[in-house]
Amino acid sequence: MNIKDVFTPFTVWSKVVKDPVTIKDPLSREAAPRYRGFHKNDIDVCIGCGTCEAICENQAIDLVPVEGIETKDGDSGLRPRIDYGRCCWCALCVDICTTNSLNLTNEYTWVDTDPDAFIFTPGVDKKSWDDKEDGWKKPVPNYHFYGQSRIPMGELHAEERVDSFIEFVKGFSKQQAEEEADRCVACGICTATCPAHMGIPDYIAAIRNEDMEEGMRILYETNPLPEICGRICTHKCEDVCSVGVNGDPLSIRWLKRYIADQIPADVDKYNDILYTKDIKNNNRKVAIVGSGPSDLSAAYYLALLGYKITIYEKLPQAGGMMRYGIPEYRLPYDQIDKDIDYILSLGVDIKYNVTVGKDITLDQLHEENDAVFAGTGLHLGRSTRIPGSDNEKVYQSVELLRNIVTGAEVPVERKIVVIGGGNVAMDITRSMARLQKAKYGEVNIITTSLESEDIMPADREEVVEAREEGCTIIPGYGPQEVVIEDGVVKGLRVWKCLSIFDENHNFSPKFDQSDERVFEGDMVIESIGQGMDLSYLSEDIKKGLEFGPRGRVQTNDKFQTSLPWLFMGGDIIQGPDVIHGIANGHIAAMAIDDFLNQGR
Amino acid sequence: MSKFFEFKPDRSKYPAMGADGKLDIDLSSQKYTKLWLGPNHPGVTGNMAVELTLAGDEIVEAKTHVGYLHRGFEKLIERRLYVQGFPTSIRMCVAEPDTNEYLIARSTEVLSGYDKDVPEMAQWLRMLSLEMARLQGLLRGVPGQAGTFSLGIGVQWGVYLRDLILDRFEELTGARVYHMYIIPGGVRGLLPDGFKKRMEDNLRDIDDFIVRIRQLMFNNAIFNKRAKGIGVIPKEWVEQYGIVGTNARASGVKRDIRKDYPYLHYDQLDFDPPTATDGDIYARSWVRWQELIQTVDLIRQIMAKMPEKGDIRAQMPNVLHWKIPKGETYTRLESGRGEYGMYYVTDGSDKPRRVNLRGPSYTHAIALLEKMLVNTNIADVHATMVSLQTCPPEIER
Repeated sequence: MNIKDVFTPFTVWSKVVKDPVTIKDPLSREAAPRYRGFHKNDIDVCIGCGTCEAICENQAIDLVPVEGIETKDGDSGLRPRIDYGRCCWCALCVDICTTNSLNLTNEYTWVDTDPDAFIFTPGVDKKSWDDKEDGWKKPVPNYHFYGQSRIPMGELHAEERVDSFIEFVKGFSKQQAEEEADRCVACGICTATCPAHMGIPDYIAAIRNEDMEEGMRILYETNPLPEICGRICTHKCEDVCSVGVNGDPLSIRWLKRYIADQIPADVDKYNDILYTKDIKNNNRKVAIVGSGPSDLSAAYYLALLGYKITIYEKLPQAGGMMRYGIPEYRLPYDQIDKDIDYILSLGVDIKYNVTVGKDITLDQLHEENDAVFAGTGLHLGRSTRIPGSDNEKVYQSVELLRNIVTGAEVPVERKIVVIGGGNVAMDITRSMARLQKAKYGEVNIITTSLESEDIMPADREEVVEAREEGCTIIPGYGPQEVVIEDGVVKGLRVWKCLSIFDENHNFSPKFDQSDERVFEGDMVIESIGQGMDLSYLSEDIKKGLEFGPRGRVQTNDKFQTSLPWLFMGGDIIQGPDVIHGIANGHIAAMAIDDFLNQGR
Repeated sequence: MSKFFEFKPDRSKYPAMGADGKLDIDLSSQKYTKLWLGPNHPGVTGNMAVELTLAGDEIVEAKTHVGYLHRGFEKLIERRLYVQGFPTSIRMCVAEPDTNEYLIARSTEVLSGYDKDVPEMAQWLRMLSLEMARLQGLLRGVPGQAGTFSLGIGVQWGVYLRDLILDRFEELTGARVYHMYIIPGGVRGLLPDGFKKRMEDNLRDIDDFIVRIRQLMFNNAIFNKRAKGIGVIPKEWVEQYGIVGTNARASGVKRDIRKDYPYLHYDQLDFDPPTATDGDIYARSWVRWQELIQTVDLIRQIMAKMPEKGDIRAQMPNVLHWKIPKGETYTRLESGRGEYGMYYVTDGSDKPRRVNLRGPSYTHAIALLEKMLVNTNIADVHATMVSLQTCPPEIER
């Protein structure tokens, strides 16, 4: 043993003269800026998507209703409540938060005698750390728990697509669809917003699971026209998608189309997948006037219940505005047929070229059937009624679009002016552009709308695509006169529009007359909305109905009119798009079933 | 005095070996005493009990009893999504929680094919956090050995310095003990501003501590007398018992996953695992003290070599629906206690099929400890146990 080893340990006494290293008051010690302490939530930014709840491995988070926050489109009205008896402060909830509203502060000491106090809703139950800036936030950059960017959709190039009416959206490949489906956080905000309440997260999950048949069954629970909706739906779901708050929303519409596209156009196959081979007839009959989305939807869901359905269609083919209003490049006819053929295969009878009110009366339908559903749509064009609008070279978009489908003669001039800023205006603009290209080899078309660019009702992508195809779109001008020289249309005189509505939100446009322009054109197309044709309602029936503003028939929330046997839906009641029509038809079908089962 | 230290036990008092290979201990003979050390005992390294059979103050038989800490963490991980595994995994061993995070992350990355996508910056940050974890473990472990011989002052210094390292962890990861920093695909944060400077200040304090602790332990007559020749692991046992880490290195077997099967960027660092030959408590303490010096050096090397900025996480599938194809893998790393590995099986679903942690403590604290304690004095039990650096939470998860 070394004698040095006996004395060396005593050198530790040198530490006695050093200052103490302990902190005298540990409770006031500030944690590091990144520390994971108690939660705070910006409840005005939070949309209650519940992704935090989904990722929490301890089930410490519950989404609860909060007083003062209403459920609305894009907001579930719920807010996360944290149970600190379960929370492990891992902050996965912060890392996945779609709105970045949920954060952890670096506050870590809190004493309370009430154990229940440790279950609270951040942002709603006020806490001393709510204003703290420091704490755990989502790491930046390039740290994402789900894909932020959309998988781009393949489309024909503008020069190529304006040459024909061929569908220009190519659709997803399997890999693209699965990658896009992977971005979904399955929050269900979309389902709540969709008028038909489609099970969107479920069918997106079916894509991830590569189970198209299951996907198809989920689609048909709420929507019997998936091929159509997968192409031309106004996708309210995508507007509210929680992934879209800090990134691109999911391409929900194209994913729906992907599922429907995977099933071949074979009604036997459809019947196999959807288990609709042997539907028992219940010996009751329902007549349906029209074959638009609401009519087909009502027909499908009633047929599933065993009703004998007869559809009366004025035009030679089924589909209503979907066929006669929407151009083929957006919605090819074979895809319309694919959806309709399956519905007709369920024993639904359809009589073409039969105009109710002329060839057969509504009263007759009432006598022959137990109930009647009418979804006759808006097929009448509306005129601006400006000077010169009665000229023969001034057309309505509805009739031109219909003529393009039926093959009737469509006048195409070298220079065309279109009035209107909605999707129908874009449809006629782009259809006429294609016809111009075919006839003259060039596009020369000006579309003007009362609304300025930012409030144009048309889908943004429609405007962008129309411009790509060579159409000129000049929003924010109000038509004043169709310029006619020697009986020949020369153009459209417009004034700059300053505002459209007055203080009471009534339509009363104000113009700046100093900003006057004349758009040259050999023909003018009006596309400022459509009207309904209710001439099939006889005077007797009209007496029994209640009418609301703008001549609309009043129905209850089940689309039943004051004549109990008559149900009405679609654009004539609610509108303004296909998905609302489908939802109306579904609700009406259930209501008809309830009505006819009363007393049984 | 020297005669006292050269005391050799009288073998005649020991029980005879029965025909079945078990000791013939007749408690009713009143020659033997049963003593339960643990499960709650300040000298035990966790909730683990050692059942001792004593003849006087000498141990004739030792049995390790576990089961006081079983929380079913492996099963909990098997019922959670892949990304939800890491907050649970860290609790499997508190001494160095980051090692568990790394094993989960690495296993999922290998099986899903994203192991090549983990960004460079994340690899270095993972290495930094693993070495910091080793450092804080050693700051407790090295003086802790002295503590078993009642030299408590070293433990106090070590715990203070460990707290400074935890401060750095708090800055980097957002938490002091359960860091939850290494995540499948990368890590959860870049170095904060000024981190390297503050870390260097702490490392300088530790440099001073390293000198002090040498004076306290290795230049100390009491420690030398108590630690030398006690708890010897002969070199041939290393293979027989599957001894790893510092315990193996102190017996002359150079065994280090960082060198033998390099992971992360350890192949870019300059280091040589320290070894000793005696295999006793003193040798293990010496190797750990050397390793403390080396870890400080490794952290300096990592901070010098790591890139300044970069991505911290690979582009991965949506964590909520992340499915990993069918497969199995064994991932390992060198923890402060030796080879630490995880067997991970996936079946194509969004949750792991089987997660099994293989820690060194099972071998060290059960098979090895039971054999080592026989013939030692009751006063040396704690010292032997601590010298193996066992971590009971990792034995039963």
